[in-house]
Amino acid sequence: MFKIVKREEMSEGTVILNEIEAPLIAQKALPGQFVILKANEDGERIPLTMADTDPEKGTVTIIYMVVGKSTALFKELQVGDSFQDVIGPLGKATHLEKVGKVICVGGGTGVAVLHPITRGLKDAGNDVTCIIGARNKDLLIIEEQMKAASHDLRVCTDDGSYGHHGFVTEVMKEILDEGDTKLVVAIGPVPMMKAVSNITKEYDVETLVSLNPIMVDGTGMCGGCRVTIGGETKFACVDGPEFDGHKVDYDELMLRLNAYREEEQKSHDHYCTIRDAK
Amino acid sequence: MVEKAAKKTKTPRVAMPEQDPQIRARNFLEVPTGYTMKMAQEEASRCLQCRKPSCVAGCPVGVDIPGFIDLIAQGDMTGAIRNLWGKNALPAVCGRVCPQESQCEGLCIVGRKGEPVAVGNLERFCADYERENGTGELPPRGPLTGKKVAVVGAGPSGLTVAGDLIVKGHDVTIYEAFHKPGGVLVYGIPEFRLPKAIVAQEVNFLERQGVKVECNAVVGRTVSIDELFEQDYDAVYVGVGAGLPRFMNIPGENYVGILSANEYLTRANLMKAYKYPDVDTPIPIGKNVVVLGAGNVAMDSARTAMRLGAESVKIVYRRSREEMPARNAEIHHAEEEGIELFLLTNPTKYIGNEKGRLTGMECLRMELGEPDDSGRRRPVAIEGSEFEVDCDLCIVAVGSGANPLLTSETPDMELNRWGNVVTNEATGKTTKKGVWAGGDIVTGAATVILAMGAGREAADSIHDYLELGW
Ligand SMILES: Cc1cc2nc3c(=O)[nH]c(=O)nc-3n(C[C@H](O)[C@H](O)[C@H](O)COP(=O)(O)OP(=O)(O)OC[C@H]3O[C@@H](n4cnc5c(N)ncnc54)[C@H](O)[C@@H]3O)c2cc1C
Ligand SMILES: Cc1cc2nc3c(=O)[nH]c(=O)nc-3n(C[C@H](O)[C@H](O)[C@H](O)COP(=O)(O)OP(=O)(O)OC[C@H]3O[C@@H](n4cnc5c(N)ncnc54)[C@H](O)[C@@H]3O)c2cc1C
Ligand code: SF4
Ligand code: FES
Repeated sequence: MFKIVKREEMSEGTVILNEIEAPLIAQKALPGQFVILKANEDGERIPLTMADTDPEKGTVTIIYMVVGKSTALFKELQVGDSFQDVIGPLGKATHLEKVGKVICVGGGTGVAVLHPITRGLKDAGNDVTCIIGARNKDLLIIEEQMKAASHDLRVCTDDGSYGHHGFVTEVMKEILDEGDTKLVVAIGPVPMMKAVSNITKEYDVETLVSLNPIMVDGTGMCGGCRVTIGGETKFACVDGPEFDGHKVDYDELMLRLNAYREEEQKSHDHYCTIRDAK
Repeated sequence: MVEKAAKKTKTPRVAMPEQDPQIRARNFLEVPTGYTMKMAQEEASRCLQCRKPSCVAGCPVGVDIPGFIDLIAQGDMTGAIRNLWGKNALPAVCGRVCPQESQCEGLCIVGRKGEPVAVGNLERFCADYERENGTGELPPRGPLTGKKVAVVGAGPSGLTVAGDLIVKGHDVTIYEAFHKPGGVLVYGIPEFRLPKAIVAQEVNFLERQGVKVECNAVVGRTVSIDELFEQDYDAVYVGVGAGLPRFMNIPGENYVGILSANEYLTRANLMKAYKYPDVDTPIPIGKNVVVLGAGNVAMDSARTAMRLGAESVKIVYRRSREEMPARNAEIHHAEEEGIELFLLTNPTKYIGNEKGRLTGMECLRMELGEPDDSGRRRPVAIEGSEFEVDCDLCIVAVGSGANPLLTSETPDMELNRWGNVVTNEATGKTTKKGVWAGGDIVTGAATVILAMGAGREAADSIHDYLELGW
């Protein structure tokens, strides 16, 4: 059992932070790696990136958006409750080295995934500008932490309620135009990563993205997480989750993410009916 | 004696009752329902008690077959199960899934003229009888040695090693990547062939003897083999199976609706998705399902798809029926349940719609040509014979290879060119000091009993090492 020691609601309760006791994982985890969590006996195995780890306390922190049945179930768990299973650390760690000027772009809960990578890049001696976006001010997450993890933080909102009025890609373009950018790391919704990669390709700037296909085991054993990278099939759980953004087949990824949409809708409705009846 | 033997040869084997095909094709309950005591004794009495039993020669772990069968005939069920356990730690599993027709039963003398003695059914009966009526008494444990052994992987091979070494007085911990122990027995082989409660009970039996089971421990990620040695383990056994799905590598393979058998069966079995939405993991429900491949894994996938409500399920295989690697009994069960065999048929590409979903498959008809290296006649495409098969779900069951997750993190353990661990055949020793390996990770995808046999040999060798040195 993996106990929740801290819990926060963000983004009007649509995004949840959990700090969980998992000492073995906390000691081993590196930026960019993820865990798979299962709430109870009948639960689904859900992959979530570690937004933070505390090896001394023996905890890992996850930040997730409530999008369907399993994340709705996770949301019910309070401090003192436990996840039945937490598996990790999984996936390849981000390759952190000094390259010079770096832009980190995050959208939605992708910002949480971006946090340890941004901090790692800064610690490696890079000049890190971070751009984060959300639909509006209230949906923005971990702004303070991102400010601390980078040299310069730019915030964008789709409705202009805070920071730059518009998309993260617009701000990124301005910085790219200044020249010298060596690396872009983009993590967020698939359309955002696709848009970022299309732009950085024009500027010929190396781009890393983190992919989130549907997974089961997370150990390379099922092939459910396969993605196409430069025309080749890769298993995101072991070959990734980070890949060269210029080589990813984003359209295929989007189609594959919708594989279970109908079933998931049914399951979520079923769950809500039972929950509300209680 | 001769006369008596001739009579036994003519007596038909006692058939094990089975669920009706029409009914069972839509449920997940076990297909054969088991012998009664009376049936078992009747079948046991067909055994000739050969002095040089050929059946035993066919058993990869050398079970004393006439011995345990005789004890059943006498009604000594406690004696029978103890006898079986002497060579086989998981008789409830092996009685159900071993390919007896090509092992013990294939060599049984009675089978030369009539039907062989139903060794598998009797083995199953013994184990089930013990589970339901036995005392649950634990085997005696040797004096504690203070030596620590880590077993990586809780499949049949790792479970065997753990069971053998705990009895010898060592301290044993199993590290398993999944959230449940059992390996293929829980994630691969379906409930209707091997009820999961049986596997759970076998694991529980080990735990009661003192074996510790650490699930959610991905060795190579959560902890490395070297770190296990740093934690004062004296020996490590690697039994991580053959967990890397192969795909066809033909165009369109990433359409939605194409799954490896590993994924499909893991969803259905380990995650119990056949109970969806009462459990949370979904599984695609196909209307017209195609399964590629013709081994046990393909049969299990096809029969699962049928149970989940498919209108049609086709097994597509490029060779002929003779070459199908699945057990005969499984092919027979599948056909009874309405699964069609599309033999001498080779898929050439997947067809999808604008939403990226699978809608069909293009195939070529084949004919058998000259024998190839394996001695089997090589299938050759018949030119211009392309045709389309409609399908909305395709399960790819064309084999699995060695998963590199652990081995790539353990560079000082030698691998062969397919990525399987190289071991000394007699002992299971790898090239890394203090590390043994066995089962599918060494042999490539094989059988439960071979994985268990390798485990037993390694356990003996580990015991020698702990007492005497490398
Ligand atoms: C390596 C990895 C790391 C991840 N890290 C995070 C993270 O840190 N924070 C976070 O909020 N999410 C993360 N995700 C996504 C998260 O796993 C999914 O949101 C979650 O599985 C949805 O489960 P559900 O049952 O609640 O929703 P479902 O009922 O499964 O799905 C609801 C909706 O979400 C879509 N969806 C399903 N699976 C995914 C997916 N994998 N990614 C995006 N959309 C999906 C479906 O199409 C559906 O419309 C990560 C995914 C991967 C593979
Ligand atoms: C669908 C299917 C049907 C089959 N039917 C039959 C049959 O009817 N009869 C028969 O004899 N054989 C059958 N087989 C084959 C048989 O199941 C295997 O040969 C046997 O299970 C191999 O045993 P093993 O212990 O080597 O590996 P496995 O059973 O594969 O167990 C390996 C275990 O190691 C774990 N593991 C993997 N990597 C790690 C890691 N890095 N750290 C920790 N743990 C790890 C895995 O999760 C797994 O639990 C079938 C196989 C399949 C897939
Ligand atoms: S070969 Fe057949 S008859 Fe002879 S001992 Fe074995 S099971 Fe009995
Ligand atoms: S999640 Fe199964 S192979 Fe990646």
